[in-house]
Amino acid sequence: MSEIAPNMYRYDEFDARFVAERTEQFAGQVERRLTGELTEDQFKPLRLMNGLYLQLHAYMLRVAVPYGTLSSKQVRKLAHIARTYDKDFGHLTTRQNIQYNWIKLVDVPAILRELASVEMHAIQTSGNCIRNVTADQFAGAAADEIEDPRPLAEIVRQWSSLHPEFLFLPRKFKIAVSGSPNDRAALAYHDMAVEIVRNAQGRTGYKVLVGGGMGRTPYIAQVIGDFVEKDDILAFMEAVMRVYNEQGRRDNMYKARIKILTNALGIEEMRRQVNIEFAEIKQAGTLQLPKEELDRITAYFAPPAFETGLSDTMPDAGPAFANWVRTNVTAHKAKGYAIATITLKTPGQVPGDATSDQMDIIAGLMDEFSVGEVRVTHEQNLVLPHVRKKDLPAIFAKLRELDFASPNAGLITDIIACPGLDYCDLANARSIPIAQKIARTFEDLDRQHQIGELKIKISGCINACGHHHAGHIGILGVDKKGVEFYQLLLGGSGAEDASIGTIMGPGFTEHEITGAVERVVEVYLAQRKDGERFLDTYRRIGMEKFKAAAYETVAA
Amino acid sequence: MANTLQMLTANRLKSGDVLYRKGSGWVPLLADGEVYPDAAAADAALAAAQAELPRNEFVAPYLFEVRQANGVIVPVKEREVIRAAGPTVHPHTGKQAGQYHV
Repeated sequence: MSEIAPNMYRYDEFDARFVAERTEQFAGQVERRLTGELTEDQFKPLRLMNGLYLQLHAYMLRVAVPYGTLSSKQVRKLAHIARTYDKDFGHLTTRQNIQYNWIKLVDVPAILRELASVEMHAIQTSGNCIRNVTADQFAGAAADEIEDPRPLAEIVRQWSSLHPEFLFLPRKFKIAVSGSPNDRAALAYHDMAVEIVRNAQGRTGYKVLVGGGMGRTPYIAQVIGDFVEKDDILAFMEAVMRVYNEQGRRDNMYKARIKILTNALGIEEMRRQVNIEFAEIKQAGTLQLPKEELDRITAYFAPPAFETGLSDTMPDAGPAFANWVRTNVTAHKAKGYAIATITLKTPGQVPGDATSDQMDIIAGLMDEFSVGEVRVTHEQNLVLPHVRKKDLPAIFAKLRELDFASPNAGLITDIIACPGLDYCDLANARSIPIAQKIARTFEDLDRQHQIGELKIKISGCINACGHHHAGHIGILGVDKKGVEFYQLLLGGSGAEDASIGTIMGPGFTEHEITGAVERVVEVYLAQRKDGERFLDTYRRIGMEKFKAAAYETVAA
Repeated sequence: MANTLQMLTANRLKSGDVLYRKGSGWVPLLADGEVYPDAAAADAALAAAQAELPRNEFVAPYLFEVRQANGVIVPVKEREVIRAAGPTVHPHTGKQAGQYHV
């Protein structure tokens, strides 16, 4: 099967030159660091702006995957980098990026050149700047979508890349976009989020949210623009950024995110100030987004040439396949097509890890079945966005060979987990082994289906890279005198019904936490009414019964 | 920290590899590193290492607490146990798998 070039943004001459120059600039900085011309204090902010961290065991390189979209050529390159420069695997993150955990500083220039050769880089995956833009992983494919959000995501990427005003913000800034009323991009937990909406007149525009975030002070984003016209969106977003850049706190990093400013000012005052800036920028006219430009970018994301006349009936390929379809296949906008989610969460696996060989085989599946395209999800899974229903049995069979065919998307074993103390310099406790143990405990598929939708999200520290605030069941690792403990949170959601989980009480030990989760799930099963998800039952009955059960055995 | 045992760790600049101080140099394995019996010795080792930073051979030196039982050094914090061995979830990687350079 030859390599397929999907319909996605392709670097123009400016992009290619920009990334090539930046790569050589950083290569020079690495060289100057190695010769001592730059001290570590001078070098550290430069390496962070190029996605290079020093973690627990080694350097870690975070590679940007703009709005989670990858071509098969890019996936093959990522596999090659893992094989050549790392330990033969990569790790998909909750921001739709990929991280390599064992990078040598001396190899980074070569890796960045390899990335640039496939139109990729690691710019702005760290530092106090606008980070890689994330998006609904079903963009351009979902049946429930109003419009494809990727053109806007690309425009935001271009606007925010090396934006001279916003390279030294008070703190990092994360933007997400979605084109569906069903939020799969955790919009409410972003510094700024844009949702494509349709107004009463049937015209599409943008609802803009601001001030969401996780970390030690979680907030749900609030609406700052109900309906921003398409040609105004960059002016409006820039207005938000200006208010934040001017008034966001720089004296205390824990109070520096826009969520703190938004809630200190109050959304009404924030809106008033943003509207003043917006009016000034709009009057200047320099940030208006002409329809022709939006159309030009949109053309890159034109739907593939879907076959017509395909049957819309799901093939019958046995009970295992039917189970997989039940959870991992989503309705597509084109007749006869489907969206297939590949969960990297077979119980026992490290959530989000993929070996070089697995990446290469996925690339083959992309070319053979999904017009050369895959998406990375913030839930650390992969998505084949455009597959013919009749090909699903063949895809499922190949995924089984890869051990990536677990029929668990959205179920209790489809757990988000940050790298935690196994890798991260900031972590207080391990996340991944907890995810593995819980997944094995609930491995029985009948039990998983009986439980239904239940999202467990685990972070190894308060920075919340594992989205524990947004878990139906959240788990937060804490350090008590050098020993790992785990707090339970219940009732969080990162979807359109966003909510912040409530901490249950004192932490559990590593050996207690899985049992506590099991008892919480048993309370749900005993208390739920017809059709209720775990989250619904928790919202109806509150914490008390869950808490009593969770601590029952621990206290005894 | 008057009576606590401590060790000194850092990362090799070129590779990022974890290092442990021994004498006036560095070794890759915690078991081969030097244990400082008191705060004065530990602080002196850290000061010496910081003075060597301009050589650009290692970065980010810091002290951490250990215990010693029957001649075996065990870090007090889980973080340092994992740092010394490698990720618990990938035992085929890190120093626990013999992946280090002297």
